[in-house]
Amino acid sequence: MSGKNSGYLDMELLRFTTAGSVDDGKSTLIGRLLYDSKAIFEDQMEAIERASVRAGGEQVNLALLTDGLRAEREQGITIDVAYRYFATPKRKFIIADTPGHIQYTRNMVTGASTANVALILIDARQGVLEQTRRHAYIASLLQIPHLIICVNKMDLVAYQQEVFEGIVKDFEAIASKLSIKDVRFVPISALEGDNVVTRSENMDWYDGPTLMYLLENIHIGSDINRDDFRFPVQYVVRPQSKDWPDYRGYAGRVASGVVAVGDTVTVLPSGFSSKVKTIDLYRESLDKAFAPQSVTITLEDDIDISRGDMIVKSTNGRAARNDQNIEMMICWFNDKKMVPGGKYALKHTSAEVRCMIKDVQYKMDINTLEKEEKDLSVGMNDIARISVRTTKPLFFDAYNVNRMTGSVILIDEATNETVAAGMLL
Amino acid sequence: MDKYQINHLKELEAESIFVIREVAAQFENPVMLFSGGKDSIVMFHLALKAFYPARVPFPLLHIDTGHNFQETLDYRDQLMEKTGAKCIVRLVQDSIDKGRAQEETGINASRNKLQTVTLLDALEELKFDAAMGGGRRDEEKARAKERFFSHRDEFGQWDPKNQRPELWSLFNGRKNMGEHFRVFPISNWTEMDVWQYIYMENIELPSLYYTHEREVFERDGVLMATAPFMQLRENEKPQKMQVRCRTIGDITCTGLTLSAANSLEDIIQEVAASRITERGGRADDKRSDAAMEDRKKEGYF
Repeated sequence: MSGKNSGYLDMELLRFTTAGSVDDGKSTLIGRLLYDSKAIFEDQMEAIERASVRAGGEQVNLALLTDGLRAEREQGITIDVAYRYFATPKRKFIIADTPGHIQYTRNMVTGASTANVALILIDARQGVLEQTRRHAYIASLLQIPHLIICVNKMDLVAYQQEVFEGIVKDFEAIASKLSIKDVRFVPISALEGDNVVTRSENMDWYDGPTLMYLLENIHIGSDINRDDFRFPVQYVVRPQSKDWPDYRGYAGRVASGVVAVGDTVTVLPSGFSSKVKTIDLYRESLDKAFAPQSVTITLEDDIDISRGDMIVKSTNGRAARNDQNIEMMICWFNDKKMVPGGKYALKHTSAEVRCMIKDVQYKMDINTLEKEEKDLSVGMNDIARISVRTTKPLFFDAYNVNRMTGSVILIDEATNETVAAGMLL
Repeated sequence: MDKYQINHLKELEAESIFVIREVAAQFENPVMLFSGGKDSIVMFHLALKAFYPARVPFPLLHIDTGHNFQETLDYRDQLMEKTGAKCIVRLVQDSIDKGRAQEETGINASRNKLQTVTLLDALEELKFDAAMGGGRRDEEKARAKERFFSHRDEFGQWDPKNQRPELWSLFNGRKNMGEHFRVFPISNWTEMDVWQYIYMENIELPSLYYTHEREVFERDGVLMATAPFMQLRENEKPQKMQVRCRTIGDITCTGLTLSAANSLEDIIQEVAASRITERGGRADDKRSDAAMEDRKKEGYF
């Protein structure tokens, strides 16, 4: 295929989440990224032009692009996580756009769970607010590898360097208390387009990259854990056909690490070991598999393996932990409060067990970043540290070592609703 | 990219295969909806990959409005024969004959909305507890807030304000009796991703996607195909043109594009240069700003 298109076939995928309230200009910023990368089409543009006129606005309101549901447009709010897509010749981007108000902590946590990058907006006139602290805390709790702080509305503070630098200093003070590995700062005006896609002529004092340059170039190759091979068995493929009478393959997605044909592996929980015979992806036979590939693995020996088991490398120094007493940070998602001593279903990789809530050590006040140890009732949007006991041992890693094998969800067995997300400690 | 990275298409493929396998593992009686359009063709291709060398462990379901392009139906039958997969067909005409659905009248009459009735009836009759569809979040703004695993109540309805949070790749498919799930394995794909993937994997498509000569007429700025059940206004004059489909729905709501594209390379160039969305030619979405949101709430895909 000719030049431009063949290049497009080899893009990296980057997932990022955006946090900020309507007033921070978040929707305008996303609208700007979509518009400047030509991800907005004429018929969409015409639709928002019509809607802008109907709402009585003078300018075309780019924010209308991201407000999807009728209920949201009528109330001028965002209810839920919305996913947006755009691409440049270098990368394809998936945005998990989440509303930033406190009552939407659960949406922010949801959007953050799969993100490589979190984009946090700060209004240059307001500086670091309570909600900035909240967004930064969630980004660190969910271990998003990279943080980009956009100091927005620079046009409204006359593009002053001192304003930007003051905000950088205030944010660094917060970041030092959290486990955030990589933070960048960009002074922008989403409305005017300064430093979003093109360099601003209004801020000569800033010699760093534009937001788009950062999004296109931040190194994400090391974000996935490459050391510990973890393969949760999702499905057992047994054709039992004339052509494949004895084929027994373990299908799943590599959660982390790398495995090669010939490697010695151990199956948890049985503890049996074998060697990797083949790694199959449809009609292809692969030499190796690594995260996040979906493959089917066959072993040299006949071992009883089913969904919920985990295949790991036998030589792995940091073998997965194996315990029934589990400590975790949770974010509660449901109107119904957590019941102390209550029983919930727990999903972890492809395994499902039941668990009982043993103890709540503290709740986190995400606005002050202080621990609350007196009021321990856990309700909607609360973040807490708890202990649970599971009916069967889990094979897991700490969340800060491995996001895929260190995460769980809790399910109310009566309503079947997902009531909490847990990061294992 | 370093040696342990895969490109965006392979990463999307891996994610979709994971979702399809999760459906096969979590549900007792899943089904995959098949329309003969490119998205459901890609989804079915991913299902073949997910379970190879075993067969796809669930049937396909085609809701046939009776207003399909013949090329779509021929393609469907050939594909099933080639792959050995099973496709169940349910007809909107039967729902009309039974009085379950009321045919629209007037010049823009379409059976698009009636499909919902036939679909829900089929899910109930055949006791399917999960139905996979080729919906993509980039297609339409109501779809942008859809989950991979989308819970439906006993009436098959979608409640956008009460969706289950979906974190990491932990999908909660638990449900009560009578409820079911809609699952969208290619949620994160864009139109361009679908075309690039078809190119990368060299997937065969219905001939409608490539340029061909067809009798068409213009309505509200969109070219539509003539057919015995299409009523023309007086000023609408049919004429032959070189056209192709950018999306395939049934004849009453599929706009055709003037195009000379006769290869996947040509189509990708055309999509890259296009300034209107693929659904810009879809009459079913033009009925109002919230047309898709309303249909989805009722149980449409």
